[in-house]
Amino acid sequence: MIKSLLKTVVIIAIASVSLGVRAQLVVDITSGIDDPTPIAVSPFSWSGGGVLAEDVSGIISADLRRSGLFSPVPKEDMLSFPKTPEDVVFRDWRILGTEYIVTGRIEPQASGYLLTFDLVNVFGQHKMFTKQVRGGQTQLRDIAHRAADEIFQSITGIRGAFSTEMVYVQEEKRAGKPSYVLMRSDIDGARAKQVRRFSAPVMSPMWSPNGQELAYVSFETGRPAIFRENLRSGERKQLTNFKGINSSPTWSPDGTKLAMVLSKDGNPEIYVLDLASGKFTRMTRHFSIDTEPNWMPDGKSLVFTSDRGGKPQIYQLTLATGQVDRLTFDGDYNARPRVSPDGKTLVMVHRNRGTFTIATMDINSGRMRVLTETTLDESPSIAPNGAMLMYATKRGDKGILAAVSLDAGVKYNLPSQRGDVREPAWSPYFD
Amino acid sequence: MLKSVKTGLGLACVLAVMAGCSNTSSDNTSGEEYTQPEVDTQVETSVVEESETLAPLENVVYFDFDQSLLNPETRELLIRHADRMRGAASAVRLEGHADELGTREYNLALGERRANAVRDFLVLQGVDAANLEVISYGEERPAQMGSNEAARAMNRRVVIN
Repeated sequence: MIKSLLKTVVIIAIASVSLGVRAQLVVDITSGIDDPTPIAVSPFSWSGGGVLAEDVSGIISADLRRSGLFSPVPKEDMLSFPKTPEDVVFRDWRILGTEYIVTGRIEPQASGYLLTFDLVNVFGQHKMFTKQVRGGQTQLRDIAHRAADEIFQSITGIRGAFSTEMVYVQEEKRAGKPSYVLMRSDIDGARAKQVRRFSAPVMSPMWSPNGQELAYVSFETGRPAIFRENLRSGERKQLTNFKGINSSPTWSPDGTKLAMVLSKDGNPEIYVLDLASGKFTRMTRHFSIDTEPNWMPDGKSLVFTSDRGGKPQIYQLTLATGQVDRLTFDGDYNARPRVSPDGKTLVMVHRNRGTFTIATMDINSGRMRVLTETTLDESPSIAPNGAMLMYATKRGDKGILAAVSLDAGVKYNLPSQRGDVREPAWSPYFD
Repeated sequence: MLKSVKTGLGLACVLAVMAGCSNTSSDNTSGEEYTQPEVDTQVETSVVEESETLAPLENVVYFDFDQSLLNPETRELLIRHADRMRGAASAVRLEGHADELGTREYNLALGERRANAVRDFLVLQGVDAANLEVISYGEERPAQMGSNEAARAMNRRVVIN
């Protein structure tokens, strides 16, 4: 277990090159569940020289707080800063109502750091685990997120997604002209860096299932075209150049195909491109708008938006038979579906009393639930553990990113310090 | 090709009838023309009206939310554009756009539907389809910033370039 953990962080070390500080997104928590679990992440010891570039225990606290399921004890309220489970005075922490304590020690390595951390159950008065995470010189944040993943999973039983990333589109003004930047950052908005800058619009970024590539739509050729780009090598390939719309690329769960929208036949239809052979297969035949495909986790069907019934609604297309079934019936605008990792829930943009919100629908029962109270919400993208989703909304006239749990209990915003941000795409796990 | 022209004609007739219905209370100096299903007559009339002037024509036409129907003013303007395009060999770009409401990929499709509606109407007026290129930008290139109805109305448009 620990061995595989170490391996992962070492692999990340090769991939992530240190980049200067850029405009970041800052977390702004707007609501959490009523009864979050109190946990104390005691400041970690550091046996090397000088001061560490990152507050590792602070990052773990922030990760756990952002999940909405925990209320980390502020450092100022702690009566002591235990560094090992043996240091913990259980009586003091019981008085504070703290249920769990994390202690940890950071040591210098030949080229990086080693964190040894322990999770302690206060009421049971026992240590739940001791684990280690190793990382390179620039990886203190990776180490912190990885430790937060382990703590989160151990207590909740849900795999943590703090080590994941996102890509999004940032629009800036440069010398009075709009500039469009494909950005990539940690899922908490930190370490934002540019993937590529464009002078024409870029839209619809999507991760490949292995997290190594992106597919997106760029207007750089004068019309929308679909590109794939390798995030490690920067190698890029234009996949389509048809007349009309080339949009909404989305990778099949096994990564061998890309579903997309082409209007070369006169109106937008769903196509599937086999990436190995380069062969395109037309999947829909209807004079209406068919767009925004997304794969079911089993890869056997697609959900998509169509206005074949007069208004945009979500449909399911079974690939083997071509059969199309309507899935949404509540409301007059349901679009851009995304399927949860367990295949049981749809998230979508749903018009509710004139405003555009994010809603979920249980696919079996058809029961719909509105998750957000903001307006102009769009582009929902679900975390690989299915616990939360990221979406784009507006604050004033400015585009910001926001997150909400799929049960609507937890909400936070990620406003940008610079420019308008939109179209977040939550990465898969990287291992 | 023939099939799409036919479909276009059918659509134009429907539009003409609809325009006739909604125009009953307004001035009918030009409105009357649109109640006639005979599209060709409209063209003749407009040519007479517009042959004198060569001032630049307004090159943006606007649409209602989630709609691609051409209103009577738009059709009148497009007829004047068609008069100038006919015979001219130069290529024209029809750029379709949408407002910020709704999803981006759907809006890309909606922008194309609007630009296609303009193209089909121009072709019906005798403009060579080969000279018309449709491109949709969806909501990615708003003419006016701002999350209000005034800005949105300016953004639901097709630009004739």
